[in-house]
Amino acid sequence: MIDAGISFHVSEKGYYGDFGGAFIPEMLYPNVEELRLHYLEYMMETSFQKEFHFLLKDFVGRPTPLFKAERLSAKYNTQIYLKREDLCHTGAHKVNNTIGQILMAKRLGKHKIVAETGAGQHGVATATVCALMGMECIIYMGAIDIERQAPNVARMKMLGASVVAAQSGSKTLKDATNEAMRHWINHPVDTHYIIGSVVGPHPYPDMVAKFQSVISEEIKWQLQEKEGRDYPDYILACVGGGSNAAGAFYHYLDEPRTALIAAEAAGQGVSSGHSAATTFLGKPGVLHGSKSLLMQTEDGQVIEPYSISAGLDYPGIGPLHAHLATSGRAKFFDITDDEALEAALECSMLEGIIPALETAHALAVFGKLGAKPDEVSVVNLSGRGDKDLATYQEKLKLNS
Amino acid sequence: MNRISTLFNSTQEPILNVYATAGYPNFGDTMLVLNALQEGGVDIIEIGMPYSDPVADGETIQQSNQVSLDQGMTVTHLFDQLINMRQSISVPVLLMGYINPVLQFGVERFCQKCQEVGVDGLILPDLPLAEYQQSYQTIFEQYGLLNIFLITPQTSDERIKQIDSVSEGFIYMVSSASTTGAKTGISSDQEAYFKRIDGMKLKNPRLVGFGISDRESFLKASNGASGAIIGSAFVKLLGNAKNLREEIVGFVKSIKGLK
Ligand SMILES: Cc1ncc(COP(=O)(O)O)c(C=O)c1O
Repeated sequence: MIDAGISFHVSEKGYYGDFGGAFIPEMLYPNVEELRLHYLEYMMETSFQKEFHFLLKDFVGRPTPLFKAERLSAKYNTQIYLKREDLCHTGAHKVNNTIGQILMAKRLGKHKIVAETGAGQHGVATATVCALMGMECIIYMGAIDIERQAPNVARMKMLGASVVAAQSGSKTLKDATNEAMRHWINHPVDTHYIIGSVVGPHPYPDMVAKFQSVISEEIKWQLQEKEGRDYPDYILACVGGGSNAAGAFYHYLDEPRTALIAAEAAGQGVSSGHSAATTFLGKPGVLHGSKSLLMQTEDGQVIEPYSISAGLDYPGIGPLHAHLATSGRAKFFDITDDEALEAALECSMLEGIIPALETAHALAVFGKLGAKPDEVSVVNLSGRGDKDLATYQEKLKLNS
Repeated sequence: MNRISTLFNSTQEPILNVYATAGYPNFGDTMLVLNALQEGGVDIIEIGMPYSDPVADGETIQQSNQVSLDQGMTVTHLFDQLINMRQSISVPVLLMGYINPVLQFGVERFCQKCQEVGVDGLILPDLPLAEYQQSYQTIFEQYGLLNIFLITPQTSDERIKQIDSVSEGFIYMVSSASTTGAKTGISSDQEAYFKRIDGMKLKNPRLVGFGISDRESFLKASNGASGAIIGSAFVKLLGNAKNLREEIVGFVKSIKGLK
């Protein structure tokens, strides 16, 4: 299943197989190059590691539990564990990365932060660490997302961040990312860009994956305690840009006994013209600084994606995931809006956990996976569903 | 020698390079705009290939890109529009755009087409030096295309020297840390930066871009370089023009100080 010759770790030049690199305008070169030269060194420093782990523990609330979902397990006649990233402070895995990156920003001598956000989870997680560290924070968010994720907009503002609406293109995550990059181009000296997923120019995908890898680091010892072995048969995660998946997969990338399962947002269906399922619809291309799979026209124009879930509404995926998909190391499932909504309701009713809409895409895979009764699956429960309540109310007719 | 180096070798006057988005304001306007620019006395023409996600560009050029795309512009259509370009256009012509549409068209096929229609060089801001050297340089050179690199006030001396050694034609000196059209005018800090680069005695001449909008800023920029590039200010004119040809000719003449 794993070809011995294939590496799933980033190369010296910033590539995962054919994907990755740093396709950035010269204006961003000094910042990205400075980061590239120093990120590993800074991350490895004892003082960095100490501060990072202290904050993950006492501020974020890690380790997050690995919870055996008995009723879901019974329903699908297999063994299902939930990795409870929804219990992280701010309600999603995103904060693992923002804690790491704010410490990185400090070491780089930057005192202002810019970030993009889709669902608003990364924006909230960024605004949170900026408040914690007393740094100025500007968040770009698509105008459409500002509407559909109103609670998170309010949270960011309460945390002291400026939220700027991205009005170009599809007015969602892709355009928020464009605007954040433009902001960084205009403020290169004092500002660090905290990218919210394993996307962007090298070294961002590797750096973000490393910060998120705490997820699978914990799964290993937690599973050992509960199952007497440190690997599952399946590990499942949703993929927008792919940061929660990268974190959950990280320590299993080279573990042949663990199948990596990724859920992408099919929107109204892969062939409907309203989808965000990049591995099904994309071709190799360059967006936001790296070569990856990309939904695009024949002419190389980026297609505006669609998903009910703002955090998955993105026309690309991180270069690691493009490599995992094309090499066959990970299996990708396309999950529609309706399938995700149903899975969200099911998880709520069976386990007492209301998941984020993004996460619900991963949960929906159980209907298609065919896991055997004694096989063990871990789903990365990337976030909680509070921010999606308005959508749930409307789509699940909770008002009637 | 290519048209660009010939131009730089043959004139002492400040060189004016004007950027125009292809297929803008109307799909069929590309050649009209090129001819009017040349009639007005432009020295180099930079044709923007529209892209859905132009991260190095500010609002004006973004919007012109989107309008052009909405009107159906593609790389293929652009080459069709330029097929007889060299029957009327004698000034150097550059294509400016982003790497993804070039990748989808096919890099070699793209370069071949450029050579066929008489394009002299390319400006692809999201194609960095290292990637260029590794995967593109050989093909570009095979089709006689110059690749124009950008430098900014933050670019280190060491990297400027590296870029200079790989460059041919000219170096695009971005006047300040910004996207296109974000700032106008040239400050004394910027003039000092132009002078600093001038003092490095590079083998390539420089043109200053970003923030140049009128004769005054053009002359200021040209003081520390061989000339300057006008983008957003011209695209604005295109968007508002009532008599396209006349206004373009008038604009170029006003910048060049011609009657
Ligand atoms: C809860 C949750 N899960 C998943 C995602 C998707 O991002 P990624 O694929 O980087 O994990 C988001 C993004 O906003 C999110 O909020």
